[in-house]
Amino acid sequence: MKRFVILGAGTAGTMMANKMDKYLDKSEWEIVVLDRNNTHYYQPGFLFIPFGMYKAKDVVKKKSAYLPKRVNFIVADIGKIDADRNTIIYGDGKELVYDILIVATGTVPSPSETPGYLGDRWYKNIFDFYTFEGAVALSEHFESFKGGKLVVTITELPYKCPIAPLEFVFLADAFFTKKGIRDKVELFFTTPMSGAFTKPIATKMLGALLEEKRINVVTDFYVEGVDEAKNVIRSYDGREVEFDTLVVVPVNLGDELIASSGLGDDMNYVVVDKETLQSTIKPNVFAIGDAANLPTSKAGSVAHFASEVLFENLKAYIAGQPLAHKFDGHANCFIETGFGKATLIDFDYTHEPYPGEYPVAGIGPMTLLGVTRINHWGKLAFKPIYWEFLLKDRKMPVSNRFSMTGKRV
Amino acid sequence: MAQKEYAGVMVEVNNEGYFENSNQWNKEVAAAIAKENNLELTDKHYQVMDFLRERVAKGEALTIRSIGKSGIVDIKGFYELFPGAPLKLATKLAGLKKPLSCV
Repeated sequence: MKRFVILGAGTAGTMMANKMDKYLDKSEWEIVVLDRNNTHYYQPGFLFIPFGMYKAKDVVKKKSAYLPKRVNFIVADIGKIDADRNTIIYGDGKELVYDILIVATGTVPSPSETPGYLGDRWYKNIFDFYTFEGAVALSEHFESFKGGKLVVTITELPYKCPIAPLEFVFLADAFFTKKGIRDKVELFFTTPMSGAFTKPIATKMLGALLEEKRINVVTDFYVEGVDEAKNVIRSYDGREVEFDTLVVVPVNLGDELIASSGLGDDMNYVVVDKETLQSTIKPNVFAIGDAANLPTSKAGSVAHFASEVLFENLKAYIAGQPLAHKFDGHANCFIETGFGKATLIDFDYTHEPYPGEYPVAGIGPMTLLGVTRINHWGKLAFKPIYWEFLLKDRKMPVSNRFSMTGKRV
Repeated sequence: MAQKEYAGVMVEVNNEGYFENSNQWNKEVAAAIAKENNLELTDKHYQVMDFLRERVAKGEALTIRSIGKSGIVDIKGFYELFPGAPLKLATKLAGLKKPLSCV
């Protein structure tokens, strides 16, 4: 009996478990999925919790409920990967040998990397919203928020869901407007990048939106830390931004397991071929989702589109054939812009986001780089699609490959 | 695409002054670009540039954080060596393409 092991039962790991279940012969292969806990969060929903659009119960389910019956799902403290011996070592020293390993351990916000984040102010007036606890704490904070300087800070690249901090400031603008206190709130957005986003056309469009919504953007701001005595966040070049409430996107790092495995880079992301998703160090190890060091966004849509490619390449690998399927870096994401509207971007390794229609050229119904109500409904409709279609590997009406059809250059 | 002469070498650069071809780089070229930016190069500057060139040759992304971990200089020191936007300036001086954030 051969053993196929998936490390991590988040978005990417769950999708791959459901794909492999359909393909791997039960009499020949055991599928084991390992995780440290049994809580599956709908991470895109974290953004909505601080603004009361979602409640905590809307984003939490059990990981086990989304894994196929035949999978041996083990919740345990996982100590190490010994890739030279094809072995996972548990915290208590027990071992699990694998024939093929998929690493899908995601990326973890690590506020301890920045001086002053995890001090006395953490969850009092310094928050994150990329964790369930942070998003809930922030929703409570906003209930009694009367105004002041609200600063949203991106600490370091890469980080999960690159567009979410921008959505956060757009939603904050709408939230305080509806509360009738927008004139008492100064909104600041700091980023280590040179603009609101990285790709020129989208940056121009999003930059104009930020200006229109009176959000102060501080660019090339590379965070050194928080000066608690002065209530400022400081960059390495000495600039300071004062805050009453600070919302941080902390440094993101891959799982600490990767550090000792010899499979990762200096941020603990598994080093893979960006087209095949195979480890460049061990041919029987693959990585998918945020855990992989792919030069594209860390986002669920990337994991989704890459899962199709990885599935084909795993079939080839098992059959002893060359890995012919190539991932193009396809990603897309809805961007909430506040007041019940959203925009949408679609891009890959080589094409930046363009205006147009998606998924059907000339019809849509979604509009790329346009701000519409339908895009917002699309974003809301995605939650049930995520649980019932995406995770369970049911057919979705979008291609995993990027296409220029319907786009206007 | 434009051409610019540094230390007797005709270099192909883009509209922001970044090299199109990193093979056209040498130490004298770097010194000439540095002069243009009112910068006097030291061994430390060259060590940082070598580190950046090695990382790019290996296909790895460039981050300020990785320079802080390189053992050559800490992040504060990196800002002192290449004032302003250090990663952009250092990659330009090292004859590399503009660092792209993969977002």
